[in-house]
Amino acid sequence: MKISGWGNFEAQEARVTAPKDEAALSAALSKGQAIARGNGRSYGDSAISKRNTVSMLGFNKMIGFDPETGILEAEAGVLLSDVIDSFLPRGWFPLVTPGTRLITLGGAIASDVHGKNHHVDGSFRASVEWIDLVGADGALVRCSRDADPELFHYTIGGMGLTGIILRCAIRLRPVRSGWIRQITHAAKDLKAAMTCFEDNLDRPYSVAWIDCAAKGERLGRSLVMLGDHANPGELPARYHTDPLNVPKRTKRTFPFHLPNFVLNPFSVRAFNYLYYWKGALTPKDRIVDWDSYFFPLDAIRHWNKLYGKRGFLQFQCALPLDKAEAGLTKILEATAETGQASFLCVLKRFGPGAGPMSFPMEGYTLAMDFPNTEATGDLLPRLDAITLEHSGRFYLTKDARLPASIAHQSDPRMEEFATWRRARGLDQFASSQSERLIL
Amino acid sequence: MTEPVLILGARSDIARATAHVFAAKGYPIQLAARNVASLEADKADLETRYGVTVTLHEFDAVAIEDHSHFVDNLPELPQIAVTAVGFMGDHDESMRHPLAAARVLRANFEGPALILGELSERFAARKYGTLVGISSVAGDRGRATNYIYGSAKAGFTAFLSGLRNRLAKENVHVVTVLPGFVNTSMTEGMDLPGKLTAEPEELGEAIYKAVEKSRNIIYVRPIWWLVMMIIRNIPEAIFKKMSI
Repeated sequence: MKISGWGNFEAQEARVTAPKDEAALSAALSKGQAIARGNGRSYGDSAISKRNTVSMLGFNKMIGFDPETGILEAEAGVLLSDVIDSFLPRGWFPLVTPGTRLITLGGAIASDVHGKNHHVDGSFRASVEWIDLVGADGALVRCSRDADPELFHYTIGGMGLTGIILRCAIRLRPVRSGWIRQITHAAKDLKAAMTCFEDNLDRPYSVAWIDCAAKGERLGRSLVMLGDHANPGELPARYHTDPLNVPKRTKRTFPFHLPNFVLNPFSVRAFNYLYYWKGALTPKDRIVDWDSYFFPLDAIRHWNKLYGKRGFLQFQCALPLDKAEAGLTKILEATAETGQASFLCVLKRFGPGAGPMSFPMEGYTLAMDFPNTEATGDLLPRLDAITLEHSGRFYLTKDARLPASIAHQSDPRMEEFATWRRARGLDQFASSQSERLIL
Repeated sequence: MTEPVLILGARSDIARATAHVFAAKGYPIQLAARNVASLEADKADLETRYGVTVTLHEFDAVAIEDHSHFVDNLPELPQIAVTAVGFMGDHDESMRHPLAAARVLRANFEGPALILGELSERFAARKYGTLVGISSVAGDRGRATNYIYGSAKAGFTAFLSGLRNRLAKENVHVVTVLPGFVNTSMTEGMDLPGKLTAEPEELGEAIYKAVEKSRNIIYVRPIWWLVMMIIRNIPEAIFKKMSI
């Protein structure tokens, strides 16, 4: 069947099996060249193997929870949204959540996802206690910080290329309410936005939305959104008695692929302009529910259809602290110049990086969506070059088109990873991405 | 304290989905099936997700001589009992071999009907409770391609109707669930029309709502009510020449 990543970019014909038990999983793996696929939320070709894509959604059982330690044991196909649905009412929340809760735990580990609290708590890695991995021969290995630590650390952020993640244990954080106190600062340019991040490093959550259609003096103008788990006392009176119970948002479904002409530089500029001023003019300090705060896009199922049938591409890089301002300025200039403004342009301060293959590094990360057009095709290589010049690296979970040479130049760890995989006999796992990037 | 929901034939996809819906609403769950130890992982999953108590009970629907003993041994008489017991078999084999046909008849009629009959006595004596039988639209009219399975379901549907009639004055409610196509491992590999095919989770939700609202007969998806009304009303002289 034809499958693609969340970006709907270049669907590939792939053999997909959906084993329901370990015997069926072993049988699927014996055919070689396998890659695990979770809920299909990585944007490009990370979870596609033309010969052997193994859907892990059948492994969706929770195994146990220890309320003393907050450690949840579960199969890899359990969704982060299931974890929240089950545990928020009992006062627990994932330590790290990315921009969508519709991802599997296995996918969260393979991508080592990061969230708005990276500068304080680190990436998903920080919550992982152990991982059960199935090798190409069907043998099961449990790895952790103590047992085969090399395998453990490479698996987190290893894009599924170290084996099939079957089960894991993750640590949840205790919370007192399902609400977030959000403070929005309107920053007039990039420097103001970065200053706001640096001044608020002790805030648990921070992220900025950038109006990347803005040019000149307004380049990088943003809404910096800071957040913290609200105490029950701060909530509106009607939520005092049951602060963990948040009313469900109504879900909308994006009904069809939007025709390509609707999203054009003018409509995107208009959206960005209005969104900035709406944010700048509404009250700065307000209480929002966890779902709207962490996962605004999950309210619209299939929002990716917004970009039409040709799909879209994400560009996400991380730049080291000392070169971030210069690099971000150049990237935003190049983007604004082409008129290829994106509406989902997100800036985030990263804390120190960890792990031998994980994406985050101390500095800043910028993520932008672009419709799959010729202009985007011209722009992205320019952004790649700027990233390289400023010692940055790329987020593989968002990548669908990076050339191997650029990937390896940006991140020498890839070569080490490839060598290590061969030495451990793990090169039998492969995705379209690992073949494209020679991982 | 909330009394439990008993799920009979707990290994099926529909049964599992139903267990999830009731557990999510806070009901303790009793899972009953053959070789029930293999449902340990389901028990752990339900307990971890919903913080409810789940117990496992060995149960063979066609071993009717053990039914009474099975109910006696439950740690607590459930408030609601759902039977998802069923077995489609291979129709060609059922036509050729009487023993194969008898297995289908027993698993879809005798077993599920008589266990609900057994439970109904206890519920009636207690003066409350809900019994849910998952039958099938296949029982609404016999067709050449599945009349052995269909006739067993027809028997089960008639049994449920009679049971509901008898228990109405005892404050015990009976729900008849008539699924059309359901996307389960029983139908895996079959080419089913999307608009008429329900997911097991949909069935679980529909059963929960039917219990809450004391509905008598529900079709899932509801379009099946219309489809089956048309099929039931085709004159026999025409119907016998059709292949549907």
